[in-house]
Amino acid sequence: MAQLDESQIREGVDRETVETVQSMAGKYKYGWETEIEMEYAPKGVNDDIVRLISGKNEEPEWMTDWRLQALARWQQMKEPKWAMVNYPEIDFQDQYYYARPKSMETKPKSLDEVDPKLLATYEKLGIPLKEQMILAGVEGAEDMPAEGRKVAVDAVFDSVSVGTTFQAELKKAGVIFCSISEAIREHPELVKKYLGSVVPQSDNFYATLNSAVFSDGSFVYVPPGVRCPMELSTYFRINAENTGQFERTLIIADKGSYVSYLEGCTAPQRDTAQLHAAVVEIIVEEDAEVKYSTVQNWYPGDENGKGGIYNFVTKRADCRGDRSKVMWTQVETGSAVTWKYPSCILRGDDSQGEFYSIAITNNWQQADTGTKMVHLGKNTRSRIVSKGISAGHAQNTYRGLVSMHPKAKNSRNYTQCDSLLIGDQCGAHTVPYIEVKNNSSRVEHEATTSKVDDDQLFYCRSRGMDEEEAVALVVNGFCKEVLQALPMEFAMEAQQLVAISLEGSVG
Amino acid sequence: MALPQAKLDATEARLAALTPLAGGAWLTAAQDQAVARLRAMGLPGRRDEYWRYTRPDRLISVEPTPASVFKAKDETPIFDAFDAIKLVFVDGVFSPDLSDQPAVDGLEIERLSDAGAKDIHWAKDLYGVLEARGQNPVERPLAALNTAYAQDGFLIRATGKVSKPVRMIYLHESTTSDAILHHVIKVEEGADLTVIENGPAAARFNKVMEVDVADTGAFHHIRAQGRDHERQAATHIFARLGRESLFKSFTLTANGVLTRNEVVIELTGDDASAHVAGCALGDGDFLHDDTVFITHDAVNCESRQVFKKVLRNGATGVFQGKILVKQGAQKTDGYQISQSLLLDDDAQFLAKPELEIYADDVACSHGSTSGALDETALFYLRSRGVPVKQATDMLTLAFLAEAIEEIADEAIADEIHDRLAAWLQRRRG
Repeated sequence: MAQLDESQIREGVDRETVETVQSMAGKYKYGWETEIEMEYAPKGVNDDIVRLISGKNEEPEWMTDWRLQALARWQQMKEPKWAMVNYPEIDFQDQYYYARPKSMETKPKSLDEVDPKLLATYEKLGIPLKEQMILAGVEGAEDMPAEGRKVAVDAVFDSVSVGTTFQAELKKAGVIFCSISEAIREHPELVKKYLGSVVPQSDNFYATLNSAVFSDGSFVYVPPGVRCPMELSTYFRINAENTGQFERTLIIADKGSYVSYLEGCTAPQRDTAQLHAAVVEIIVEEDAEVKYSTVQNWYPGDENGKGGIYNFVTKRADCRGDRSKVMWTQVETGSAVTWKYPSCILRGDDSQGEFYSIAITNNWQQADTGTKMVHLGKNTRSRIVSKGISAGHAQNTYRGLVSMHPKAKNSRNYTQCDSLLIGDQCGAHTVPYIEVKNNSSRVEHEATTSKVDDDQLFYCRSRGMDEEEAVALVVNGFCKEVLQALPMEFAMEAQQLVAISLEGSVG
Repeated sequence: MALPQAKLDATEARLAALTPLAGGAWLTAAQDQAVARLRAMGLPGRRDEYWRYTRPDRLISVEPTPASVFKAKDETPIFDAFDAIKLVFVDGVFSPDLSDQPAVDGLEIERLSDAGAKDIHWAKDLYGVLEARGQNPVERPLAALNTAYAQDGFLIRATGKVSKPVRMIYLHESTTSDAILHHVIKVEEGADLTVIENGPAAARFNKVMEVDVADTGAFHHIRAQGRDHERQAATHIFARLGRESLFKSFTLTANGVLTRNEVVIELTGDDASAHVAGCALGDGDFLHDDTVFITHDAVNCESRQVFKKVLRNGATGVFQGKILVKQGAQKTDGYQISQSLLLDDDAQFLAKPELEIYADDVACSHGSTSGALDETALFYLRSRGVPVKQATDMLTLAFLAEAIEEIADEAIADEIHDRLAAWLQRRRG
């Protein structure tokens, strides 16, 4: 980690922020490896590999065909080059597309049958795979009412789901929470109906590759009117070397339902870069609400930019029903290269999309991330708050689209994206696209921290604070508000992030 | 990467129809290099990212789309009240008869065809040179085409404070004219020059202006693009600014079926300042594209971009702005605002306001908004007895004010304001 000397801390950026960024992005705590016997599919991707993955998951024929179609499309596509990220050419044939622990060959019937080495891995990561009540390391969790403490976890290890907790209890509420491979077998009608309906089979280069070779991931279905009784969570761990992870997540919130979903991920420290290309599809029906929170902590590479995960992710939510709502919250601290734009299609009238993001890059990390808000329905609302922090030699880009279609009357968007640079070797960039095609909608994009609410400032000043203090208080308060959008389970990370102030930001 | 065949074909077809201006060695060399640049990038196509919001078809076709000539009735031409050195072009060809004889202290003006015939000329270091610098990181093929095939233009050098502005008047007489003009302007150390441009110029107009402002020099530019409804224009300004220099440019665009104005500025000397502003008014078949790229490559420089658009009846406004702060360009103050007022439901605003920053001690901000008139403000004015149409005009002018304030000369600012007010009045719904 590049040591930060006094001269690098510039006026207007407080020390605490600098130190927090350094500690968050500096030492990677999850870089160890689980020694476990693995079985691999041969390297490379072709029809046979796709059939093999499909076969391992015991998939029906329609699924295999769907994958093969995607592969055929992918073979015609070119890797996108528009993002502000640079990395050596990826040899897609020099990767393993499927790796699973030998012990998972016969699927364990319950968590008790799972290889203890795997369970130990998740325990070490702080992810509870026993149906325990309290999450390790969350301050104050023991004081919470019993109901609020439960988190159901689907644990994915390389290409397979190791186990899913609390399935029985969720079933009682009618909620289906399982691995996607299980869903394809057990609930083919739901998967058939929704898979690829938000992110089409050949949406973009990486999503198409994912459609062909995805090995596992999570599936959630919340029936009409049900408020999911606990938080759902998936934890992704890449362990095997030279192996790409391609997970697929499908979340369906039926009419009037609610679910909060968390995603976490880590990987061992290695010299060679590894590929991760995920697809997340969310379907939100009438009056339903989905909260999707991510703490992305893949291995970022070492201080010389060696190794790390290439994170190419397509995430999209389709607010199909009227008054539906989706909220993306992401904290991006890991990965050598991030290419990720969680998006909202606001199709239903009065639907709402929100995107809160904090992206921290250090050393040689590169992040090109943001969102798309596509307003199609009337009275739709969206809000984008993005904070990018760049240190060392890192590059951090916000890229976003706000589109108001002619029929999206009386819609509203507010975008704020701030960036903070720590040191003079890094970069921060903003690439927003704004497309407004009706006049009853209002779109505002701003990228300054000086535009703090005047009333709040006035109030603080009337209480005797000087202007700087007042601005700091309001800005910090605002940042905390974003972090509070994160569920309790991410409190550890969030507590650290709260120390980040965005004074001295540039648009 | 090899260019798509369609692009190659379009480029070659266009080149085949053009003949470069005959000249001496320096001009021929510049033209040849520009043709090579153009062939390497090809003319813009509608799939190019930089042409995402503006279809270039009519700007690259072999023949221009005919455009009828608009004659304003009983109206004094804009800027006629100001004393200036007039240089008149008719359909892109300089007309000495209609123009003044420039004889002012501290000013040298030469026609491109005359200077180009000479063996050596100061413009050799600028003609096509600033354009070529501006081709990176984003390609601007229409500018390279201009350098290669410009048919006329002026080489203007200011060596002191020039007492009168230079005014270029572009008359449009033929419905099928296709004009390519290229001006080079050199403002020497401590010199001060104002250039005013007005008129539609031709059915299709391609213009490049290269401006080199030396240390402590100042350059003011005011432009009113003619009101002809059907005219099409692609213009480029490439500017390079030295230490403590000043560059200010303001553009008024009312009407015009297709306008793409690109401004590319490089701040290469410390403490320099660059301001670019514009007001665009469109009603009906109108597309106006402001594409600005400002590079900060020195310490303590300031740049401002202020662009306002008023749109109605299907008019489209486009803004692509970028501030690039290079490593080491500390203490940069960069500001960018692009706003659109959509007066009815058919109007569109498409924007891409970008920042790319590699220095940590800078203050850069950008804002972009789009929406209808503020109902509350309208209601307030009406409650004070102002009729709705007048109230709408008042609020629209207030919206445009920030851009007009960028004009240093008050008399010119007043004239622009009056023209905007007249346009709004004529087009009251």
